[in-house]
Amino acid sequence: MTTYAVLSEGLEKRFGQVHALRGLDLAVPEGTVCGLLGPNGAGKTTAVRLLTTLLAPDGGRAEVAGHDVARDPAAVRRAIGVTGQSTSVDTDLTGRENLRLFARLHRLGGAVARARADVLLDRFALGDAADRPARTYSGGMRRRLDLAASLLTRPRVLFLDEPTTGLDPASRTAIWDVVRELTLAGTTVLLTTQYLEEADQLADDIALIDRGRVTVRGTPAALKAEIGAYAEVVVADAAALPGAAVVLGRLTGRPAALDAGRRAAGAATTDPDLTLPRIVRELDAAGVPVVDATLRRPTLDEVFLRLTAPAAALTDAEEALA
Amino acid sequence: MTTLALSDSWSMLGRNLRRMQHAPGLFVITMTVPVTMLLFFGYVFGSAVVLDGGGNYRAYLVPGLFAATAVNGVMTAMLASAQDSQRGVMDRFRTLPMSRFAIPAGQTASDVVLAALGMVPLTLCGLAVGWRIEGGVAGAVGAFSLLLLFRLVTAWLGHYLGLVVGTEEAAGQLGAATFMLPLLSNAYVPTDGMPGWLRTAAEWNPISAVVTAARDLFGNGGPSADAPWPVAHPVAASLAWSAVLLAVFVPLTVRRYGRDAA
Repeated sequence: MTTYAVLSEGLEKRFGQVHALRGLDLAVPEGTVCGLLGPNGAGKTTAVRLLTTLLAPDGGRAEVAGHDVARDPAAVRRAIGVTGQSTSVDTDLTGRENLRLFARLHRLGGAVARARADVLLDRFALGDAADRPARTYSGGMRRRLDLAASLLTRPRVLFLDEPTTGLDPASRTAIWDVVRELTLAGTTVLLTTQYLEEADQLADDIALIDRGRVTVRGTPAALKAEIGAYAEVVVADAAALPGAAVVLGRLTGRPAALDAGRRAAGAATTDPDLTLPRIVRELDAAGVPVVDATLRRPTLDEVFLRLTAPAAALTDAEEALA
Repeated sequence: MTTLALSDSWSMLGRNLRRMQHAPGLFVITMTVPVTMLLFFGYVFGSAVVLDGGGNYRAYLVPGLFAATAVNGVMTAMLASAQDSQRGVMDRFRTLPMSRFAIPAGQTASDVVLAALGMVPLTLCGLAVGWRIEGGVAGAVGAFSLLLLFRLVTAWLGHYLGLVVGTEEAAGQLGAATFMLPLLSNAYVPTDGMPGWLRTAAEWNPISAVVTAARDLFGNGGPSADAPWPVAHPVAASLAWSAVLLAVFVPLTVRRYGRDAA
């Protein structure tokens, strides 16, 4: 039987007129990384704030590490680590003072708290800056300190609300490495992000949130397979485009999109048996002068656009992607 | 549970004192305010106020300023809690398995520690302009303790108000208004000359009880027996006011921390 580190059923939250969550269902198996994706205002942060006991739900229920967030918030707090969107360290204190303070508030003894702070400062490459006030830190350093503060006691469930927003690629990669390490050690991670690449890199499961509800969920691979692959050929001569379109249309079963400027024709396919050599052979047999051909899996960005864009905008999006 | 709350409060006290260490500017300013007021009020008003029995106005003023400084603590605490509640770090505190009581307790305790330090310059300047401690060591210890207890009360009151108003701007506006509260007491001038209704209001103002108690304990003049009860029994009244205000504002504040942080 799967045990869930995070489980929510029909979670509701209103802020006055705004219905931020409209029945959010989530199930994150223990030891996995769940990526919560969605546009701004979809309810990602509200979901995290409910699950981390910062907000009380207006309806539905949620359990984190087996404890009900509304009935036993204290037990939930003992089991979680949280890195929010805004800096959640005391910027007037030094990095070392911050970690020691939070360690003490986690009820670690004085000597243990000091030792743990030192270990984490080293681990997050903050040793040199440890005795400077955190307000002098760069964005990446602050975020690392924030993450370190969430890991003072090895939490069973770690919540990361847009952990790499606004960070440079090096800092981003460093944070990804930490998340991977943690999951290897058995920590469950719930991650919100606007970067699909981030979800692709880290998440075992993805839940797309739109207007306060999970609209689609699955593994990154499954979500991509749902959209299928995209075949595109470039021909030597614009006059050959109609011929290429006919062949592509026959192979994929969908009308091909044409780009006269690039002399390209493209079509999406969900047929797993359609291979690049077959496309090229068929085109060649039809006398189409192919100079370039690709068959690529969609990026998660394309999946995201496809799944959240209104139907009317789909063709536009496809053309943009082609 | 209680020991954990105390240990968390101790950690939070340490946090606030360290913050002050890193940015001592505000603290230095708040220390100089009462001294400035002593010189300003003492020499400007002092030239006009004639006390019954011809006492030194500046000696009369010093215990009043101790109490008025404690009242300014409402504003200090209000700004601190309004500011803190808007900081990202508050989210972390609220997701930690720590006592909800420790956040305001640590803040108010650090206010009292700093207020105790802040009494030193006012004491020295007071002595320089003619104020004397005439009630013995026990009296002086009693007076300072009572003033610090009152400072604790104003810190909790201010902390609560800061959470209610929510923003630093609003806290600053409301805080400026608290400056008037000591004016409506016997801190700066005797109440004898006030019109009847105003005099009654001033005598029932908790600040008057604290000021009178401080003057009594410092040996700067006892309460008059024909005054209303709070001024006739200033020590008992000060303790009673403090107990009542703490009994109201401590639970209100702690409950506030249990609420949604939207």
